[in-house]
Amino acid sequence: MSVHIELKLFAHLSKYLPSEGERLSIEPGQSVAEVLDTIGLPAEKAKLIFINGIKGTLDTVLHGGERVGLFPPVAGG
Amino acid sequence: MDHALTQRILTAATDSEQPDGETVKVLEVATVAQLAARSQVSRRTIEITALRNGILPLRYARNFKTYDREDQITLLESHVAVVGLGGLGGAVSEALARVGLGRLTLVDGDTFSDHNLNRQAHCTETNLGVSKAAAAADRIRTINATTETFPHADYLTAQNAAAILAEVQVVVDCLDNIPGRFTLAEAAGAVGIPMVSAAVGGEAGHLLVIFPGDRSLEQIYGPPQARAAAKGAETSLGCLPHIVTLMANLEVNETLRILLGRGSGLRGRMRLVDLAGGLFETIEFQG
Repeated sequence: MSVHIELKLFAHLSKYLPSEGERLSIEPGQSVAEVLDTIGLPAEKAKLIFINGIKGTLDTVLHGGERVGLFPPVAGG
Repeated sequence: MDHALTQRILTAATDSEQPDGETVKVLEVATVAQLAARSQVSRRTIEITALRNGILPLRYARNFKTYDREDQITLLESHVAVVGLGGLGGAVSEALARVGLGRLTLVDGDTFSDHNLNRQAHCTETNLGVSKAAAAADRIRTINATTETFPHADYLTAQNAAAILAEVQVVVDCLDNIPGRFTLAEAAGAVGIPMVSAAVGGEAGHLLVIFPGDRSLEQIYGPPQARAAAKGAETSLGCLPHIVTLMANLEVNETLRILLGRGSGLRGRMRLVDLAGGLFETIEFQG
C-alpha cells in the first residue's frame, strides 16, 4: 500500500524535486532519510527539515499525508 | 528636569495638523538641532525632553499612531548593536536610525567593495574601500543625527565581544558566515541579551530570535563541532537585494518588539522565506 506526502524543496534544493512533482508516493513508515534517498537528495544537505510546520529530523517516520519541507541553511548577509 | 530647557522647547514647538486631522505640538529637525546647540545638550536629550512634555519631534510623526510618546522615548533611550554592516546590517541600521533608536553600536572590520553595491545600503560608488563601520556612522548621521553611533571597525571576536556588547539591550546578527554567528550567540548569551538573527542565500532567508540559553543556531547549522567547515547555500546562490532587505526588516520588527516589550513571536520557532518557492512559514522547534 502506498500513500502520499507533499514534498516542498526550497532554494537550491528545488533541483531535486522529482519529475512527478510535489505529490510523492511513499511507503507508510518510511523515514525522511529513506525518502530523500529515493529522490537522490544527499542527506547532508537536509539540515532544516520541517513536517507539518514542526522541525523534524532525518529519522522522522512518515505515515502519509504529511507536508514535508526541506530548506538549506543559509548564512549570507 | 531642566526647567529652562523645557521652557525653551515649549516656546519653540509649533502646531502641526496630522493626516487624520489631529493637531499636535511638534519640533522640526532644524529646531531640535538649534535647541541642542543653544542649550549645549544632545539632540537626544532635546527630543526626549520634548516627548516628556507632550511634544512630538516631527520626524517621528509617522511612527506616532503605532508608537506613542512613551514608546518613542523608550526607543530613544535604547541601545542596539548591529554586528555586520553589509546587506542585512546596512538596512537594519538605517531603519533603526529612521525609527529613532537612541544609540547604535556598529560593528564590522571590513571595507566596501564593488560586489557590495548590489545590496548594501551604506555602500555607494564614492565610499568603495572605506571602513563599513565608519561609512555606516557617517550615513546614519545624515539620516538621523539624533541617533548616537559607536562604530567599531573590527570583527566581533570572543575576546572583544563582552566589551562591545556591555551596554546593549539587543544585538542584531547581520553577519555573513556561520562561525561568526556562533561566536556572537555565545557572547550575547554570556552578556544576557537577546540576539535577533537573520541569514540569506539567493532568494531565501531565515529569521530567529535567540534568547540567552537557547541553542537555536544548532537547529539550523548543526552541532558546534560541524560549524567550522560549514558553509551556507549563499556561497553558490549569491545574495540578492530584495531578500536581504526583506529579512533585515523582519529583524528590525523583532528588535523593536523586544525593546518595546511587545514580545517576540519567535521563541522556539524560526521564520523561513523563499521568494522563488512562494514560502513564508514559521516552523516550531521540537521540545
